[in-house]
Amino acid sequence: MANSVSLNTTNKDLWAGGAEPYKASYGKLMMWFFLISDAFTFSAFLIAYGVIRFRHPGYEGTLSDFSFSQNYWPVPEKVFEAFPFFHGVELPLVFVGLMTFILILSSVTMVLAVEAGHRMDRQGVEKWMVWTIFGGLTFLGCQAWEWSHFIHGTDAGARLLDGSIMYGANLELNQYGPPDFAAFFFFITGFHGFHVFSGVALNFLIFYQATVGILERRGHYEMVEKVGLYWHFVDLVWVFVFTFFYLV
Amino acid sequence: MIEPEISSITPEPADKKKIWKIWWVAIVLALVTAAEFFVALQFPETWKDFKIFLFIGMTFVKAGYIVMEFMHLGHEQKSLMWTILIPCAFVVWLLGALFIQADAIYQAIYG
Repeated sequence: MANSVSLNTTNKDLWAGGAEPYKASYGKLMMWFFLISDAFTFSAFLIAYGVIRFRHPGYEGTLSDFSFSQNYWPVPEKVFEAFPFFHGVELPLVFVGLMTFILILSSVTMVLAVEAGHRMDRQGVEKWMVWTIFGGLTFLGCQAWEWSHFIHGTDAGARLLDGSIMYGANLELNQYGPPDFAAFFFFITGFHGFHVFSGVALNFLIFYQATVGILERRGHYEMVEKVGLYWHFVDLVWVFVFTFFYLV
Repeated sequence: MIEPEISSITPEPADKKKIWKIWWVAIVLALVTAAEFFVALQFPETWKDFKIFLFIGMTFVKAGYIVMEFMHLGHEQKSLMWTILIPCAFVVWLLGALFIQADAIYQAIYG
């Protein structure tokens, strides 16, 4: 009804941020809008990956006969089968699986930090933020190892089109398959890794603000919620990267 | 040295049911990831398309739990939820358009 405006709300309140569209605060709403735009960026990356993969011939034979070649797109589980301290053992996708679990767990500790914030439980926020930061740093460490292994390559290497043997990968050539394969690996996991890095930085900032009591004096822990949204989004993106880069 | 500040606020007690629900979602996410592994490594190679179908399905199950529960979108106002979700339909359109393009390039080179 047009004339059922509450008398307590003055026009000034309405136009100066007094009204909250969707009953969500300005900060949360803007974080959501930013995340949509970021989702489009990642979608564009993953779709581009799919398109470039689709326009290359796929591997036709059985998995046990698979070898790296420049003529077809590699099978991901044959590329990513290394694990730290298990040199030479074939462990397909185990390491990325571990990374997935680490990121999901750090998402869980983030929800617990948000929940503690709702109860004004400063110690709870501190505790769960430490675990979230720890999970993020562990993920980044794993990714550093993964990149290092990918760049240095396998012991045998693989033959390029000109007949020379190539070990590992750079932005122009790689032993695993067509040049675009490594380029997309670096861009997609790198862009995601940079998101994880900035997420850890933001998490640390919030942890600091909670620890010195800034958030408590402010009277609410909404910053934990906003940064939490970003952190869950980073986890969400990894779920898609895991499927479309490593599994399919 | 900064003196440690002593908090004057007593936190409210934790709602056990809420905490359990968080861990329950975590268990679902872990189980779906484990199922993805099982499909990837145990299902026969010849079921390629079926495997891809399962992977995409399980990815959306995980994405749904993360967005609706962890990011709390399922408990926001419905209008906010749709404002976030509907624009993502454009991604599907981009996917369709570019895959038609990719097939045309493949046919031109190898077809």
